[in-house]
Order: sequence, then C-alpha cells, then structure tokens
Amino acid sequence: MKIAVLSGKGGTGKTLLSVNMAVVGDNTTYIDCDVEEPNGHLFLKPKGVIKEKVAVKIPVVDMSLCNGCQKCVEFCKFNALAYINNKLIVFDNICHSCGGCVLVCPEKALTEKDKIIGEVQKGVSQGTNVLSGILNIGEASGIPIIDKLLAEEPKNSQRTIIDCPPGSACIVMESIKDADYCVLIAEPTVFGVHNLNMVYELVKLFNKPHGVILNKCLEGENPAEEFCIKNNIKILDKIPFDNELGTLNSNALIAARESLKYKKMFSEILGKIVEEVQHEAIVNP
Amino acid sequence: MKQLLILSGKGGTGKTTIASAFIKLSKAKAYADCDVDAPNLHLVMNQPVKPEIEDYYGMDKAVIDTDLCTKCDLCRQKCRFDAIYIDGAGNNYKVDYFGCEGCSVCEYVCPVDAVTMVPAVAGELMLYKGESIFSTAQLKMGSGNSGLLVSDVKKRLKSAAEDIDFAIIDGSPGIGCPVIASLSGVDMVLIVTEPSISGISDMERIIKTANNFQVKIAVCINKYDTNINNTKRIEEFCEKNNLLMAGKIPYDKEAVKAVNNGQTIVDIDCAAGDATKIVFKNMIYGGF
Repeated sequence: MKIAVLSGKGGTGKTLLSVNMAVVGDNTTYIDCDVEEPNGHLFLKPKGVIKEKVAVKIPVVDMSLCNGCQKCVEFCKFNALAYINNKLIVFDNICHSCGGCVLVCPEKALTEKDKIIGEVQKGVSQGTNVLSGILNIGEASGIPIIDKLLAEEPKNSQRTIIDCPPGSACIVMESIKDADYCVLIAEPTVFGVHNLNMVYELVKLFNKPHGVILNKCLEGENPAEEFCIKNNIKILDKIPFDNELGTLNSNALIAARESLKYKKMFSEILGKIVEEVQHEAIVNP
Repeated sequence: MKQLLILSGKGGTGKTTIASAFIKLSKAKAYADCDVDAPNLHLVMNQPVKPEIEDYYGMDKAVIDTDLCTKCDLCRQKCRFDAIYIDGAGNNYKVDYFGCEGCSVCEYVCPVDAVTMVPAVAGELMLYKGESIFSTAQLKMGSGNSGLLVSDVKKRLKSAAEDIDFAIIDGSPGIGCPVIASLSGVDMVLIVTEPSISGISDMERIIKTANNFQVKIAVCINKYDTNINNTKRIEEFCEKNNLLMAGKIPYDKEAVKAVNNGQTIVDIDCAAGDATKIVFKNMIYGGF
C-alpha cells in the first residue's frame, strides 16, 4: 500500500505527517521525494546508511571527429549545445539526456558519459526503512533521483509513505504516479486553499483516491475546510495548532516517538487513511 | 533595474508574506511572482486592473498517427522518458502527454513519419499594468520546464517596467530549475528562514545555490520565537558566514488573519508587521 503526502504549498506539514505515520505502523518504508530540500532523514536519523550515486547521461564530443555540421545543435530542443569558435560546447545543466544529438551526428563524434546529479540514501530507523534522495546543489531536475527512489522500495514492505515535494509540477506528478492513495495536507490560510486547489486538481487528473488533513487549525473560520466542504472532498482529520507539537517538530523530533499522546493521534490518522485505501480497493478494484 | 529576490529553500516560511509587506513598504512600482508552480502573491496584492494574459508554450509534445504507424517499436525503444506506450485496448502506440519532454527523438527515428511534434500550452502568463507593474504566471499541473516560465515572467516585468529603478520578486521553494532561473540577474537575495532543524538545513542548501550567482545575501528569521535555540543557531551561522542578518519576526496569529483578509501584515497594526518594517530598514542599510 503506497500513500503519498502532498500539499501544493510548502510548510503545511507534509514531513510532519509523513514521518509520524511512518513510525506508528509496522513494516513501513518512508520515501522522501523532496530531493531539493530533503528533511525526513533529519527526523528519522536512519542507521546503517548506504549511499548510491544517481547519474544521468550527457553527451561528450570528440573534436577530432566533429566536422562542424551542427546537426546536433539544430536538433537539440533544449538548446544544450552550441557551436562557437569552431568548437562544440555542451551545457550540462540544461541537457535533458534525451540522446538525440548522439543519434543525429553523422560523424559519430558524440558519445555519452555519466554525470552524477545526486544520490539515494537507504537506512533503517528503529525498524522503519528510510529512503532519501538528495539533489546536488546547482542541478536543475531531481526527477531521475525520484525515479530511482521509487524503484528502490523494499519488496517486503507492507506500507510505503511517500513524502512529496511542494508544488504541482512534474516532480510532484512523478512522486505520486504509483501511489494508491493521496493525502493532501492544508493549512487554514487563503494561500493554503489556493495551493490545495492545485494539488486537488492534480490528483483528480490522475484519478488518485484522496482525502484532506487540515493542519494548524485555529479557532474561527478555516478557508481550507470550507473549500473541502464546498467541493465534497473527504476530510480525514484535523490537527489543531499546537505549540508542543510545533516545538518537537522544529527540533526534528518525531512527536509519535516522544509521547503517547501523539503516538495515539498519528495512529488514528493512519488508521483512517488505511481504511480509506481498503475501501477504495473494494469500490474501485 | 535593481532586483530583490525573496527565497527560502523550505516552503511555508513566509516568502509571500514578507514579499507583499516589502512591496507595500517600498511602494514598489514593479514586482513579480516567480513561484509559478504555486503562485500566491496575487491573493494579497489586489489589482484594480485586468491582466494582459498570454499562453505559455512549453516544449512541443509528440503525437503518433496510428494510421501511419507500422508498430516497429523504434520510438518506444529510443524514448529516454518512457513516454511511449502500447495502448492495451487497440494495441496502438501512444504518447504519454505528461511523460513526453518534447525532445523529438521519436519523430527523428520514425521510419514512416508517423510522429509529429505539436505545440502545447503549459501555463499562463499574467501582466498587470496598473499603478505598478505586476508580472505573474501559473504553470499547468504536471508540467515541467518551469524554469523557462520563470524567465518569461521576469522578461515581461523588465520590458513593461523599463524605467522603474527597482523590483521585488517573490521566489519559489526548493533549489531546482525555477529557483535557479529566478536567481539569474538579481542583485540581492533575502532568505526567509524559520527556527527549525528542517528550516536551517534548507537555508544552508539555498545559500550554497545562491552563492553560485554572486549576489548579496541577507537572512531574516520568521516565527523566531517558536524556537529560541534554533534562532540562536541561525544567528551564529550568519555571523560565521558573513551574511547580513536583517532581523527577526515573531509568530503572530494576526498575520494569518491579515492574509486571509487579502491584506499584507503591514496593512494592519501587528507585532509581525512592526518587525517586518525593521527588517526592511535593515535591508536598505544593508545595501539594497
């Protein structure tokens, strides 16, 4: 069972919910797909970490074979190649690794080499499998790292929690593509609602069963709650604004490991989500 | 045009809240929202005028003509993005619209010209030309290449506000392509962080990213009173790394109310707003 946690807006509590859900269940794998700013490992502090580099293919030119025809420069839709002063230049950072330039070169002057863009880290935190992806500084896209993370998921894992990046662009789509259920976590502001609407549209577009957790709830009106009611979106639970929870979280401590009260709270939330997933499996097998 | 960019690494630390307050305090005549993936600045910057809207075309998308296709499988083998699949029902070759990155390798390798590349709208650009110029955009869900859209947002701001001497730009979280695109050409970056272990880790990564661009960097701590120990760590980090510490803003429930009323935190009388005014002054002294 794969549960993805996403939000659109940053800072609404994706990692808070993900790490806590990952430690209250048995045989769980936590995957941090926010490869630009991964934080889950700061909370879970996994042991026995194995690191594996992630590479993409980029072209290299053999100038003794290049005849300057510039067919590769014309072909590259990403403008990652330029021919300047009788030399072919490759802009690694904007190359999408499509391999097109190698295919079109009539002189076979182009080959490919590996370029490391980041790494995947695998470890264990008190029985919870922890997988994190880390994009190197200055790299544009973490998608190859996310793909690798999702492929690395241990086969014997009973449950997987996928902590997604913010936004609703390609990286989020990549993170939820194999998810059985999407949990949208929202805060009670108009910003929260606007971004909740975007991820809501995204999960609808990909036909993902979904529900909402309302986080940092204050007294008084909650625009995110109103949005859910209006659009008939299942509200799974509400987490009140809570200084104690906030302080634990800001110190990168996992609340469910620190106190029974929070262990109970997050177990109940996970229970509700698991019930939803099972219900979905019966209704839409 | 001098440009101040607001970034954070971590999401939800208060970029838009601070950016909107700065726009009010500086009476900025030009500003932009480069968080094209989740833009929010327009929600607190009420515009009396309608925007000029323009479609944003991302990369072309491949389309396979099934009448011409001989099912030779070459395109599927050569596609690096696994964007070509065989449709279970009709046994036809199809393109996954969201997986396709528009490289056109499939079009190139197809022996019977069954593949064409067609333009695709990947978002919308909005330019407001009221008393001030406001450039913003919204990327379509699941789209890639947001860096190009960010560059377009900035280009539109620049061409519409040529004579204006400074601009404030709200950025996006993370350190990837939209952030890198937003950093190019700016003069100063204000990093809004929060006193959490996550916030500090993300701040360190965004500072390393920004350092590649030779920009002036300042830091402010939002919700500083929610964890005084971590606040101290951030202050020490800034001192050690010679970064301008522009100030600290307390957690303030009034800030949430202001935002929900479509106001900035300096439009109302509140502690967070007062602290933001000091941060703004420090930024001016700091060289912006």
